[in-house]
Amino acid sequence: MSTFNGNGQSIPKIGFYICHCGHNIASMVDVDKVQKYTASLPGVTVSRDYKYMCSDPGQELIQKDIKEFGLNRIVVASCSPLLHEHTFRVATEKAGLNPYFFHMVNIRENVSWVTGDKEAATDKAIDLVRAAIQRVFFHKPLVKKEVPINPDVLILGGGIAGIHAALTIANAGKKVYLVEREPTIGGHMAMFDKTFPTLDCAACILTPKMSAVKNHPNITLWSYSEVEKIEGFVGNYRATIKRKPRYVIEELCVGCMDCIDACIYKEAKYPDEFNLGMSKRKPIYIPFPQATPQVVLFDPDTCIDFKSHRCKKTCIEACDRDAIDLKQTAKYEEINIGSVILATGFKTYDAKFAPQYGYGRFPNVFTSLELERMVNASGPTSGEVLTKEGKKPKSVGIVHCVGSRDEKSNKWCSKVCCMYSLKLAHLIKEHTGAEVYNFYIDMRTPGKGYEEFYDKLMNEGVHFIRGRVAEVTDWALAAEEENKLTIRVEDTLVGVVRRIPVDMVVLSVGLEPREDASDVRRMFNISCSNEGFFLERHPKLAPVSTFTDGIFIAGACQGPKDIPDSVAQAGAAAAEVLSLICAGTIELEPNTASITEEFCSGCKSCIPLCPYSAISFKEDTKKAYINEALCKGCGTCVAACPSGSIIQNLFEDEQIFGEIEGLLRFAGIDLAGSETKGKELEHA
Amino acid sequence: MPEKPKIAFYWCASCGGCEESVVDLAEDILMVADAVDIVFWPVAMDFKKTDVETMEDGSILATMLNGAIRTSEQEEMARLIRRKSKILIAYGSCAHMGGIPALANEFERSEILKYAYEDAPSVINSQHTYPEAVYQDKSRKITLPVFRNIVRTLDQVVDVDYYLPGCPPTPKLLKQAVLTLLSGKLPPKGTVLAPDSALCEECPRKESKPADLSFEHFTRPHMILSDPEKCLLAQGLICMGPATRAGCEALCINGNMPCSGCFGPTSRVKDQGAKILSSICSNIEAKTEIAIDRVLDEIPDPVGTFYRYGLAASMLRKKIAEEV
Amino acid sequence: MPEENINKKWEPKIIAFFCNWCTYTAADLAGVSRLKYAPNVKVIRLMCSGRVDPQFILQSLASGADGVLIGGCHPGDCHYSEGNYKMLRRFRLLQRVLRSMGVEDERVRLEWISASEGEKVKTVINEMVDTIRKLGPLGLPGKISVYDKDLAELKNEIDTEIEVDIKPSGKEMVEHA
Repeated sequence: MSTFNGNGQSIPKIGFYICHCGHNIASMVDVDKVQKYTASLPGVTVSRDYKYMCSDPGQELIQKDIKEFGLNRIVVASCSPLLHEHTFRVATEKAGLNPYFFHMVNIRENVSWVTGDKEAATDKAIDLVRAAIQRVFFHKPLVKKEVPINPDVLILGGGIAGIHAALTIANAGKKVYLVEREPTIGGHMAMFDKTFPTLDCAACILTPKMSAVKNHPNITLWSYSEVEKIEGFVGNYRATIKRKPRYVIEELCVGCMDCIDACIYKEAKYPDEFNLGMSKRKPIYIPFPQATPQVVLFDPDTCIDFKSHRCKKTCIEACDRDAIDLKQTAKYEEINIGSVILATGFKTYDAKFAPQYGYGRFPNVFTSLELERMVNASGPTSGEVLTKEGKKPKSVGIVHCVGSRDEKSNKWCSKVCCMYSLKLAHLIKEHTGAEVYNFYIDMRTPGKGYEEFYDKLMNEGVHFIRGRVAEVTDWALAAEEENKLTIRVEDTLVGVVRRIPVDMVVLSVGLEPREDASDVRRMFNISCSNEGFFLERHPKLAPVSTFTDGIFIAGACQGPKDIPDSVAQAGAAAAEVLSLICAGTIELEPNTASITEEFCSGCKSCIPLCPYSAISFKEDTKKAYINEALCKGCGTCVAACPSGSIIQNLFEDEQIFGEIEGLLRFAGIDLAGSETKGKELEHA
Repeated sequence: MPEKPKIAFYWCASCGGCEESVVDLAEDILMVADAVDIVFWPVAMDFKKTDVETMEDGSILATMLNGAIRTSEQEEMARLIRRKSKILIAYGSCAHMGGIPALANEFERSEILKYAYEDAPSVINSQHTYPEAVYQDKSRKITLPVFRNIVRTLDQVVDVDYYLPGCPPTPKLLKQAVLTLLSGKLPPKGTVLAPDSALCEECPRKESKPADLSFEHFTRPHMILSDPEKCLLAQGLICMGPATRAGCEALCINGNMPCSGCFGPTSRVKDQGAKILSSICSNIEAKTEIAIDRVLDEIPDPVGTFYRYGLAASMLRKKIAEEV
Repeated sequence: MPEENINKKWEPKIIAFFCNWCTYTAADLAGVSRLKYAPNVKVIRLMCSGRVDPQFILQSLASGADGVLIGGCHPGDCHYSEGNYKMLRRFRLLQRVLRSMGVEDERVRLEWISASEGEKVKTVINEMVDTIRKLGPLGLPGKISVYDKDLAELKNEIDTEIEVDIKPSGKEMVEHA
């Protein structure tokens, strides 16, 4: 039995409430039994059950009891504290009781939803409730911790999601740092020709937004830059941004491209990244005509001067603004921001990992992204759809679900491929008049105007064959297959294996997390779901928040998404950020640790344990000291303090010991405050 | 002249060091002898159990009882003394936390007896004779104390008022305790009569401990020539100082030996071994299981190291085994 | 003493310490996904596995738990950067101590379970309950009470003697004490 050592606290009067959560809890846990059991525990003044504790009447019930019975501890058994702890703390506080006298028991996610047997579930709920009752005896009033929110925002990724979020926040009058790794913003959308299902030109709707970003007084655009380091906490982050050298002074370059013309390489001879290597560029280049910022850059791997220092440097001569600086080095910018939006996008599945489709082996097997560039007027073929031989194809096969819905690669549906395949089918037919075959597993076209687009395509005479393609081969078995690529597939609607010879194959590659998503996740202290996409705080109710306050996610970095969804998420993330900024301050969990100076021996064991350098050694007192502003409340130092001189609010040793004891039996506390020991210790 | 307060000393499972520490008071023992009547002290004076039995209950002001409790006789004496004393002080590590004798809690009674009566190299016992608690010889019944299957602290047997820690307690602390008793200004029941912070507080080498210490290796005193100025933990020696109550004035450290924990934990810690383990391990450099294990191999006897004096008072108390 | 119902079959009692950010969230996910698992594991939520004081584990066992499960973020993923490594190091040594004290390795388990691994919560819990069921009860409080039987017998003997021998009854003295 533990001693209740007053500490100026009144005798505990506990109010206990168990929530039915409709049927969610009550159908598996005998709430009446739990309520009656708890009522019998010493220290419990009120014990009730109610249909929905989180509802207004539920909360009012608690408040009324606090006032009427003078309750000074509240325990609610309902759902996960991650959902409603805040709700009940606020309710407790409104009734005049310090909110940290409240404790929550999770009997939904931890009990009713995961247990198959009613009796077992009820017993488990009773154990958990008993632990909470034992715990709250030791709760103490705490002071809320509020910190100001720095109104500046960092957005990572300049694709459509990042652009939209940046503009939304900047238009609201807040300062945004938009950091893009590539030399230009625009992301994947800038590579597309048309967008489904309206077939409006991607560039026409994107480029105005790109220039708006460039010209916005509230947006600092740092392209060709990456975040090196971020530290701090919600409202108060500090980031270091590495601005990679372009070897061109961004402020001076006007994008006239005279230097490119002047390059001693008269012909472009290096693969152009933006066109996925299907065209060539010079060592000094601009990624694409509408690139934003309109600033050229050098590729030091291919520029002669970087290799031999013996170039004539005609480019420098050509620049009348002296914007070229071949000695430029990376620059580091340090910024203070209050919140972050990660909009780092996706990468497409590498079709080489599906060797049965011959990508990389047969020249006329293309990925969907390559086709996007090909049909684009500013692309490598100026908008012509051509085979490697330079001919218009007479027949084209589009293979769906490459790297999607496949146990061997990615299990998930990439969501956008059906629609973009339909779009490409339309564009190919429009550009070449070829016969187009779509090989699909299922057609997935939910969305406004999407199914109608599918209908339209069927009416345009595009062929649809249901079945996962087994292989693409150049081994001709019949005369019509000679010099063609043959697609072998089981047509599951007809039930026969078909061989369809085509001139060109397009692989509709799925969407994947970026290779370095995991590094970004670690840097920003958020989680990834199993697939590797960033994990949202709640799949339904907090889709753009993360488990780290102040860090939000938008667009395809969270999961495959089309443009409208990415934009919607970007807007949502911007709204979350603005809501933080407008609130001005945020309440932090007061779960920080502190050292009781008179007990600390100054052994310094705790100091190296703190990842935030919150603990320091005070030379005057020869004791360790925790700077509460830096402490994030992990409790590692508390567990490791060899003399037990560090206390963590909300997770004090005696609270945890109380919970442990309570899970196994009711030990209770000695309400009179006198020292009592177990039976065997009584002496004669 | 008013009657002088009565004091008693008694020993249970102990080595005699605690008794020695009383003598270590040197001249101060005369001060004690002046101020009090020592009514029972088997090691120094000839009193019998029956003498104690005839005393009035509660007539002894305070008894300092040293040693752990292992046998039924010790239990009986502890109860008797408890009854006769107003204040019972667990004197020294063994009465306080089990001490060295409690390391026997790592073994079963049968294992211990078998070793002592058969396997020990110096024993010849071809008839496999073991002590018996009761021996009936015709009408005579001879008894021996029962050897219990667990070593206990004094407070696991009888109610204890105060604890005087140490192996043995220092004369300074003993003197202070006696003065406190005589003053009548008693601290709250259950108090350990030593400072409530850890030994580092008073360690002469405190300054030399770096604030960023992390452990790549551990070593033991016989394996190195240790620097007599530098923090022993910083030299890779397991020093229990950070998890051990202050009050000894760093006697062992001054002898260039690491603290082995005889003063027990501070009042805020329930299990001294667990806490020093937590502190030391948290600061190990290695990150993979293999690398961590390699470092931990350098602590060959963790129970003996971290629970040298505290096994009986630890959370687990005794090795879990069915008695064979 | 634990409230043990003799008529009820023994069921493993396991206490779990889950970190708020990974394993506790994963357990919530298991709940939302309605994954059914054994009811024997009861979770105590901490902010980080680094907060798990070895005393918590020992106290759980000493108070009657048959096993302890600790859940933290995967190495490199700790919300607080390295709390999980600190726990790992303590765990490796604590396990050696426990082994010397006759507690089987399987009774205390450390698992890295990320926020998205609801399925793993289920698997680990079911596995652990199975393992502990095979090992049988640890029953530490019961074992200590067996030792204490002798102690109590002797105490009763003495008390009776006092009552017979001496005039003032032992009862008074108990009260006085």
